[in-house]
Amino acid sequence: MHADPKGVLTGVHFLDGDHACCEGTLAAGARFAAGYPITPSTEVVERFASRIPTVGGIFIQMEDELAASIAIQGAVWGGAKAFTVTSGPGFSLMMEHIGYAAITETPCVFVNVQRGGPSTGLPTLPAQADMMQARWGSHGDYGIIALCPNSPQECFDLTITGFNLAEEFRVPVMMMLDECVGHMTEKVIIPPADQIEVSPRRYTHKPPAEYHPFEPGEDLVPEMVKAGDGYRFHVTGLTHDERGYPSMDVATQDRLVRRLLDKLKPFSNGRAICDTADLEDAEVAVVSYGITSRVAQRAIELARTRGIRAGKFRLISAWPFPEQHIAALAGRVKAFVVPELNLGQMVHEVERAAAGRAKVIPVSHAGGTVHDPEVILKAIVEAAK
Amino acid sequence: MSKGFVAINVERCKGCAFCVEFCPTHVLALSSAFNSKGYHPPHVVASDKCSGCDLCGMYCPDFAIYGARYAR
Amino acid sequence: MSEQLLEVECEIPEGSFNPVEPFLRMDRIPHIWCAGCGIGTTVNCFTRALLESKANLDKVAIVSGIGCTGRVAGYARLDSFHTTHGRAIPFATGLKLANPELQVVVYSGDGDLFAIGGNHFIHAARRNMDIKVICVNNLTYAMTGGQTAPTTPSHVISATAPYGVFEPAFNLVQLADACGASYVARWTTFHVKQLARSMEEVLKKKGFGFIEIVSPCPTLYQRRNKMGDGLDTMKYYKQASKIRHGAPTGECSLTKSGEIVVGKFIDRERPDYYELLQAQMHESLGDRYAEPEVGCSEC
Repeated sequence: MHADPKGVLTGVHFLDGDHACCEGTLAAGARFAAGYPITPSTEVVERFASRIPTVGGIFIQMEDELAASIAIQGAVWGGAKAFTVTSGPGFSLMMEHIGYAAITETPCVFVNVQRGGPSTGLPTLPAQADMMQARWGSHGDYGIIALCPNSPQECFDLTITGFNLAEEFRVPVMMMLDECVGHMTEKVIIPPADQIEVSPRRYTHKPPAEYHPFEPGEDLVPEMVKAGDGYRFHVTGLTHDERGYPSMDVATQDRLVRRLLDKLKPFSNGRAICDTADLEDAEVAVVSYGITSRVAQRAIELARTRGIRAGKFRLISAWPFPEQHIAALAGRVKAFVVPELNLGQMVHEVERAAAGRAKVIPVSHAGGTVHDPEVILKAIVEAAK
Repeated sequence: MSKGFVAINVERCKGCAFCVEFCPTHVLALSSAFNSKGYHPPHVVASDKCSGCDLCGMYCPDFAIYGARYAR
Repeated sequence: MSEQLLEVECEIPEGSFNPVEPFLRMDRIPHIWCAGCGIGTTVNCFTRALLESKANLDKVAIVSGIGCTGRVAGYARLDSFHTTHGRAIPFATGLKLANPELQVVVYSGDGDLFAIGGNHFIHAARRNMDIKVICVNNLTYAMTGGQTAPTTPSHVISATAPYGVFEPAFNLVQLADACGASYVARWTTFHVKQLARSMEEVLKKKGFGFIEIVSPCPTLYQRRNKMGDGLDTMKYYKQASKIRHGAPTGECSLTKSGEIVVGKFIDRERPDYYELLQAQMHESLGDRYAEPEVGCSEC
């Protein structure tokens, strides 16, 4: 269905990534946000707090990130599309509720504008060091989707995609911005509402007597209900059966947890969102994401001018990791170069997918600024040897 | 005839005796018999005194007993 | 057991049923609570209050945290949410704001609401969020084995205070009062009639309502302290409780074996969060303000 025009600020704008992300939430239909201030992410909800009273919705500043990350889930079960926004230290606090969203299959969006860590780290400076945390940060086995925009325009576009994927798969979706992308100001085109597709919640049409809240459909995703509609359903963070009732037996645990991962398979196997260029003849593939992909672009261009056949593989959906794409490339390229603003995170996924069929060269950076393109170029040159 | 009655689900009982202790008209006593879980459930010892006030039902933490008035 | 031995001497009319049962998920009964635990007793009172209040049960949602009382949500045949440890209140906040027509009740224990969840309690009370918080206070962390809670009275032996608790405990009704709750009451599981009436009253009261229910925990609290069984504690409640409506909450601290002041302490009028939100937006934005329609309409 199309976006509700009330939330769509159609036009050509000059916005930073945080503000563009906010416009994306509104266009996607989010009418509830809960947040707790933290640099460099706060601008997303500052704008939401300013915009939402005229659109028709609620922003509430909660007492901490634990509260914000569970208040949005209460709102979702009350019928809202909802999100929260944070950065590293707050993201750490939200981990418990990312797990809760995963096991209760609550569609919601967590925006993380990454800064340097660990701990308080570099509050105002960029990093991409929460990538593994986004995937694995909460305890137990579960799956999530993580998207990595590299421009304000993508902050808008991909936020809508993120909300849509959350509804389709009933998973928490992580919008993995970084400080540079969040604070970079560029042109953002917001199309008319009727050109924006938004996914409706997958509400059941079954009557209460026939409905089981965690009975999966053919695509392994159960249909949803909301409070107040007479279904008298139960939701728990305990391992539960199809009725939603706690069940401490091994078979139920196996069935539930496998399904939480398996339902995302269609996404990892084929629908992964990637941006590629110059890979047809490439001997070196540069795998990057977020702000680093824009630095890598320069390095690829420099390499090409030197006659090195470098190509671009940009992760837009970083999780589930598009391992089939990387595996396919591994048979064709000599090497992967993986620059990222951390000391080695997604590079391990590339290594795993490449499975020894191509060299994998990390270009690590502890964060605080972006790479020097020359450093990436040097790695490309080495890789091509 | 009494004004009310109590109904007991003996298998649900855990023998806490709240109902016996707080019945205002002393209708109940703990049985010497056991239920299958090994608890002594209450039994009625003075049915004629039951007012059907359902205080036993309000006290019972195990939803194992309730009282009600007979329809007249 | 043989039914004959306990043949009920009352004539049970055809079609009669335990009035609590329509409020329970009977396919989940019997519950997990211990013999002599008071949580089930509070559930009886809650269901009587729902019945008396004539609430549309399809519009009542119950939210629990973690722990023994946290299991109430799973037994209540309502829209029910068993959330994470301490976070029932912020979940309830989001639920209520997304769908203000819901009656949202938080039903949880003292450890959950006042230790790990203490920050959320004080802020929800400060905001006067229109939710009702029922706290079953058994003075300990029961489900995990009887550790010291922020409510455990001095000198009590707990699993983590084997030589006796020495840190001061919270007085929950004073805390709720100080944070601005619209309604504050305390009862024990002995006071079933008063408790049911109080619950009915709080359901009808707009704003943040709080009821503390002092409740026995024979297995994890009393056993270590040689306090007898559930019934012994109920008798203690009967003997030691003093009903003092309107008592200054600062005078209502609980001790190991002293007087228990019960009653309704606070019943005041304050605009709730939603009213304050709307008033502020109307004042600042006038006609530009759009009333929240948080639920996605077409989906």
